[in-house]
Amino acid sequence: MKLLGWLDQRTGYRKLLHDALFENVPGGARWRYVWGSTLTFALAVQFITGIFLWMAYSPSSQTAWESVYYIQDQMQGGWLLRGLHHYMAQAMTVLLVLHLMQVVIDGAYKAPREINFWFGLILLQLVLALSLTGYLLPWDQKGFWATKVATNLVVTVPMIGPSLQRIIIGGTDYGHHTLTRFFALHAGLIPGLIIALLVGHIYLFRRHGLTAKEPRTRPDAAFWPDQVLKDAVACLAVMAAVLFLILRHRLFSSPGPLGAELGAPADPSEPYSAARPDWYFLFLFQFLKLFPGGTEVWGAIIIPGMIMAVIFLMPLLGRWNLGHRFNLGLLWCLIAGAGLLTYLALAEDRHNSNYQAAAKAAEAEADRVRVLAESPAGIPSSGAVTLLRHDPLTQGPKLFAQQCATCHRFDGHDGTGRVPKDPQSASDLKNFASREWIADLLDPDKISSTNYFGGTKHRDGKMAKFVKKDMANYTAEQKEKLTKAIAALSAEAQLKSQLVADQRDAAIIEQGRALIETELKCTDCHQFRKKDEDATAPDLTGHGSRSWLVNFINNPAHPAFYGKSNDRMPAFGAEHILTEPEIGLIADWLRGTWYEAPASNAVAR
Amino acid sequence: MNDPGRIPPSNGRRDFLKKIAASLISGLLGLVPLAAGLTVFLDPLRRKSAANGAVRVTTLEALPNDGVPRKFPVLATRVDAWNTFNQVAIGAVYLLRTADNQLRAFNVVCPHAGCFVDYLADKGHYLCPCHNSTFTVAGKVEDPASPAPRGLDALQVEVRGEKEVWVRFQNFQAGTAEKIVVA
Repeated sequence: MKLLGWLDQRTGYRKLLHDALFENVPGGARWRYVWGSTLTFALAVQFITGIFLWMAYSPSSQTAWESVYYIQDQMQGGWLLRGLHHYMAQAMTVLLVLHLMQVVIDGAYKAPREINFWFGLILLQLVLALSLTGYLLPWDQKGFWATKVATNLVVTVPMIGPSLQRIIIGGTDYGHHTLTRFFALHAGLIPGLIIALLVGHIYLFRRHGLTAKEPRTRPDAAFWPDQVLKDAVACLAVMAAVLFLILRHRLFSSPGPLGAELGAPADPSEPYSAARPDWYFLFLFQFLKLFPGGTEVWGAIIIPGMIMAVIFLMPLLGRWNLGHRFNLGLLWCLIAGAGLLTYLALAEDRHNSNYQAAAKAAEAEADRVRVLAESPAGIPSSGAVTLLRHDPLTQGPKLFAQQCATCHRFDGHDGTGRVPKDPQSASDLKNFASREWIADLLDPDKISSTNYFGGTKHRDGKMAKFVKKDMANYTAEQKEKLTKAIAALSAEAQLKSQLVADQRDAAIIEQGRALIETELKCTDCHQFRKKDEDATAPDLTGHGSRSWLVNFINNPAHPAFYGKSNDRMPAFGAEHILTEPEIGLIADWLRGTWYEAPASNAVAR
Repeated sequence: MNDPGRIPPSNGRRDFLKKIAASLISGLLGLVPLAAGLTVFLDPLRRKSAANGAVRVTTLEALPNDGVPRKFPVLATRVDAWNTFNQVAIGAVYLLRTADNQLRAFNVVCPHAGCFVDYLADKGHYLCPCHNSTFTVAGKVEDPASPAPRGLDALQVEVRGEKEVWVRFQNFQAGTAEKIVVA
């Protein structure tokens, strides 16, 4: 006790504590007074979790996503830390609206509390600025594209728009400096301003005292412990809600992340058709759709600015009874309007198949990049974005859709699941070079179908005639030999999916190779494992192997392949339509060669 | 009358000069770090955009003359602050070739707010997935209610060496009716 007395003499802490705890609550503690405290609590959670996130976060275009991924998936408890920060930010937005409503409904913004009301409004804007800047920091596709829209709208600011945009994003385009700037705003400037204003906000609140809800049904009470208990229970409810949001997918075993979502790494060259702002900005996003070309400055800046100005003037309007009613009406209208716009935005996306497909593709890429990041090769120093760019499973279908699917198909579609408008006019390459694929090619009923030669000039060519005339009349014994030859030819491809079968059937494959050269007469036209100057049909040596396929796509009219009898297929490599790595990606994808996580490694997400 | 706890009110010319000097010195001292900070902060204003010269995008083989737009990445050197990346995608273009061999090139970026527009083959038009602007195959705003203030940005395109398609790739400011190059 003596020590505390000594401390008090030097600091005056007892008076400070007394002032803090024994603030008079006119009319006693009430639930409706808890919002300010819950907001202070939420802000404290954001500061604590934010500083710990900061210790593991690295803002640059090659490390931002990577460090967030590492926090989320690799560091112990990282999902919880990030989840708390993410969902508490959303809770804050809701609490801000509730706090604002309580203040206006109770008339707590009227004189002499005008300045404190304005402090509160600036704090609201600063918290929204934290949300906006924080959305970009993980540097995933969603945050990247949504923030790009927001910063492009800055251009509509009259006069200084373009310069302002350049200062905000740190150059002419998004890059390292966009992240360093957003991070400095998010973790430095804005929190600093918030602390300064919050100190002023609480000081002014204490100076003028609480605005009591009339009529006062009970006697006045001290802040401690009645109101503090109510505040604490309210904060507990906020925390419970946040924890529920973090854990909800686990609780209901629904598909979704544990904690906050993390999309695929941002790629400026990869379109992202599912770009949406976070839900609490959706109303602004939807609002913008209402403004036809040339008038967007109204939707993005003038009207929101005017509404904000009217809210700023509320304390002055509130001097009159009618003005107070107007304020109340305006607030309810704004909330209803924002709610309606949010609903419209969500409903529109729900019925938009393009958006749904894009969102699904985005999810698949987010899952895929994690599988690759967890591979033994890990994330290269060039960043995780290169993992997807060099991944056959990700790029193969896109390249196929772009370059091959005008004629070919993959299981009836263009590789990405869409069916092209133009009719199929070349083979379906799903399972290309597998035993089944070759068996169907050599099936008299199928060789001239559109899935094989039907759409090409080989429809009635030598091969088709041979299959339809000679092979159609094979005896059972010959058919058995053909099966062996098919196994042998397919083994040339060394497909990953057939490794086991190829090893098991080594003896059969050996016999099949001999049959290809002898009885089955394949080598009458084709070259197979021996130099054959007279060959006129595609080389079967290594048929369907990576190098065979790469060379074929490179130039199908090469003498080793179709030579002069090549149909319409362009020489993708020789004509520089595709680069060497791109051809490799298509070949690997068609052959089913890509990294797969070992079964034991599959992380539940 | 002398109150021991009270500081005597200052007066006179000397005090006035002191006040001026004290304010000036503290004000100027604060300006030094602020000016140094702002100088660096405003550095982006003097940076130039990387994209400019003509870039080889593809060949005529990859571009059938059916008037259907196809998307191609534009590869060039990109400088991101301290990093230089060679042959990376700095953007993308829609290219189309009409039956009479006319070439057209458009920047894929929506002139409204900078999203990538999709070409919908079944509808025969471009659609921006963000705020639903639509554009005709020729790049003009289709639905007048579209938020886009102008049509898709056409780019200079030419054929070199009989087959190679070269595009002068540029980005333009979003959100304005005029087409202003980001330089």
